[in-house]
Amino acid sequence: MWPDERVAKFVNENFIPARVHVKDDPEAFKAYGEKYNAHWTPTVLELDPNGEEFYRTEGFLPLDDFLAQLMLGRAHMDFKQGKWDDAEKRFREIYEKLPSADAAPEALYWAGVSRYKAKNDSVALKETARAFQTRYKDSSWAKKASIWS
Amino acid sequence: MKITFRHDVDSVLKEAKKQSKPVLLDFSAAPM
Repeated sequence: MWPDERVAKFVNENFIPARVHVKDDPEAFKAYGEKYNAHWTPTVLELDPNGEEFYRTEGFLPLDDFLAQLMLGRAHMDFKQGKWDDAEKRFREIYEKLPSADAAPEALYWAGVSRYKAKNDSVALKETARAFQTRYKDSSWAKKASIWS
Repeated sequence: MKITFRHDVDSVLKEAKKQSKPVLLDFSAAPM
């Protein structure tokens, strides 16, 4: 995963990357594993600048799904910080660039919510519900958005 | 392009605060 050009570019642009290795540094693995409740590998945590976890990806994923999860986490950080326009842009990027990734339906949902938060206009939610009628219609996110139509 | 993972996690956390930049922390068992 990590040597992939797209993953490397995304990580380097968005994070300071750090690693604890279960065999090479078992003490650090134990200490940070306890601190962050991470006891299995691979576990990838996205931490805000204060060191608080805001997203985690556990277990192996194929490349596109892995990248989409990292992007989803980063988008959720902007969302939690109330950066609605930035969050929407990041969520949209996921389903536009990686439309087949497992995270894509969730990204479509949250892009709609971000737009609603930015504009305070329920049209954003209706449009999102409509989008789910043609894309990802069997996903749980389509069910969640169905109430907006 | 490659990712240079740092192993001094405490320093990384301090630096993240200073730079106001998020951290990606990888718990790994992959061959180094």
